[in-house]
Amino acid sequence: MEASKEHPDSTAPRAGGAADRRAERAAAKHASDRRGAQIAALSTIVVVGSLTALTVTSPGWPQVREKFFNWEIFWESFPDIAQAFWLDVRVFMVVEVAVLIVGLLVALTRTTTTPAMFPLRMLAAVYADLFRGVPTILLVYLVGFGVPGLALSGLPTEPVILGGIALTLSYGAYVSEVYRAGLRSVHPGQREAALAVGLTERQAMGHVVLPQAVRSVGPPLLNDFIALQKDVALIAIIGVTGEAFRQAQIAQLEDFNYTPLLGAALLYLIVTIPLARLLDRWERGRVR
Amino acid sequence: MATPVIEVREVTKSFGEREVLKGIDLEVHEHQAVALIGASGSGKSTLLRCIDLLVEIDDGDIFLDGDVITDPSVDPVAVRRRLGLVFQAYNLFPHLNVLDNITLGITKAHGVERENAEEQARGILARFGLEGRADESPSNLSGGQQQRVAIARAFGTRPRAMLLDEVTSALDPELVGEVLAAVRDLKAEGVTMIIATHEMSFAREVADTVGFLHEGRLVEIGAPERVLENPTEVPTRRFLRRLLEAGRA
Repeated sequence: MEASKEHPDSTAPRAGGAADRRAERAAAKHASDRRGAQIAALSTIVVVGSLTALTVTSPGWPQVREKFFNWEIFWESFPDIAQAFWLDVRVFMVVEVAVLIVGLLVALTRTTTTPAMFPLRMLAAVYADLFRGVPTILLVYLVGFGVPGLALSGLPTEPVILGGIALTLSYGAYVSEVYRAGLRSVHPGQREAALAVGLTERQAMGHVVLPQAVRSVGPPLLNDFIALQKDVALIAIIGVTGEAFRQAQIAQLEDFNYTPLLGAALLYLIVTIPLARLLDRWERGRVR
Repeated sequence: MATPVIEVREVTKSFGEREVLKGIDLEVHEHQAVALIGASGSGKSTLLRCIDLLVEIDDGDIFLDGDVITDPSVDPVAVRRRLGLVFQAYNLFPHLNVLDNITLGITKAHGVERENAEEQARGILARFGLEGRADESPSNLSGGQQQRVAIARAFGTRPRAMLLDEVTSALDPELVGEVLAAVRDLKAEGVTMIIATHEMSFAREVADTVGFLHEGRLVEIGAPERVLENPTEVPTRRFLRRLLEAGRA
């Protein structure tokens, strides 16, 4: 492409006219595109082919195939796992909404400046630091086993609810930072303009600053939700029954075969890949 | 003489070590347009932002219709609702269309019902030559159109005074005229205004009074012909001579 743009073919007659040169450039571009596609196809075949060959010819392959790619076991276990996955989806959807609310409240609290809000502001900062710093899996353990351990009446003891709370706490901290970045990205002139037309600080935030902040953080939020969707599997470790990963583990132990785990992985991918593509398109659209 | 609409008395303002306003006195009467000229950094913008209470003054007083507005007990929101500030960089709300940019203040700050506010806003848009632009996003407009929307937005709430902060400085030269025409239109209606500007010929034409700000002091103020043609103060002369040499006056 560069060649056709920067260095006009010296053998071509210069007097050919603009139309000729345009046609020539188009033909050169077409040829270069086709060459590019051929190279891409060839290199894909080489890479994928050698990886496959390497795997299939490895000494342990027959056992691995038996333990991980057993179609019979796959079809046997898949319906139960798929059904269990429905719980993952529901937990994801509830936690997602809770995370959006918690994250926003924490971010808004941290942007306040009034002295009266100081304790809350400090609490919000400590929360964000603490819960972003602790591994999610640890939080799931701590909440899942710690809260029932308090034996206080009124606190939930259902593992699925406790797991959801742990995920909300963890992701709420991340998302509050995403919102905060969004709020900071809105030019200060926007708040001033809102005040200048007579809005209160709160109205300026609600009608002018926040809507722009939320728009700017759509893609990073979606990115966090892709991560959350996968991490729902963590609630399996505190004994949530009927969850996809847990169900796959059960099936795995029945036959001492890992194929059910692959089935669960497939289900997560079915959700996360479209989300990832959606994210790509969204971000491309914004750059435009 | 009647109470001035805006009165600034011995106002000082520092940002850290930098003294931006070193005791400003200024009176703006009803229907009067005061142009503030002076080099960048002389304090014009800061003064306007102090009057609109976007910046807190250090010392002195500012009065609006005879009432002090810089007292801590005064609600700044109520004061800003009586003033209209237009920014150099327009600062339109990019997530709202042109019409909603104007109705936001009318509905939320002044409690006018949506329908009436829209009617009002359309009237103002038409007045500034922006009919047919109501549903567009500000980003689709030229700089001159955007600044006219910003003027319409500030004027939409019928303020006691308009504060125009270098409203043409961010514009391409060929777009300056249409914005100045909008300001001229306000002047013709008798709107009380303070205009911070770099456009000397415009100051001469529209303003009743021209004040020259130099390093945080209002060193000279008077009729445009006098200040711009026969300045008595050395800094004013120097400033105008430099503009003349640059072909800007």
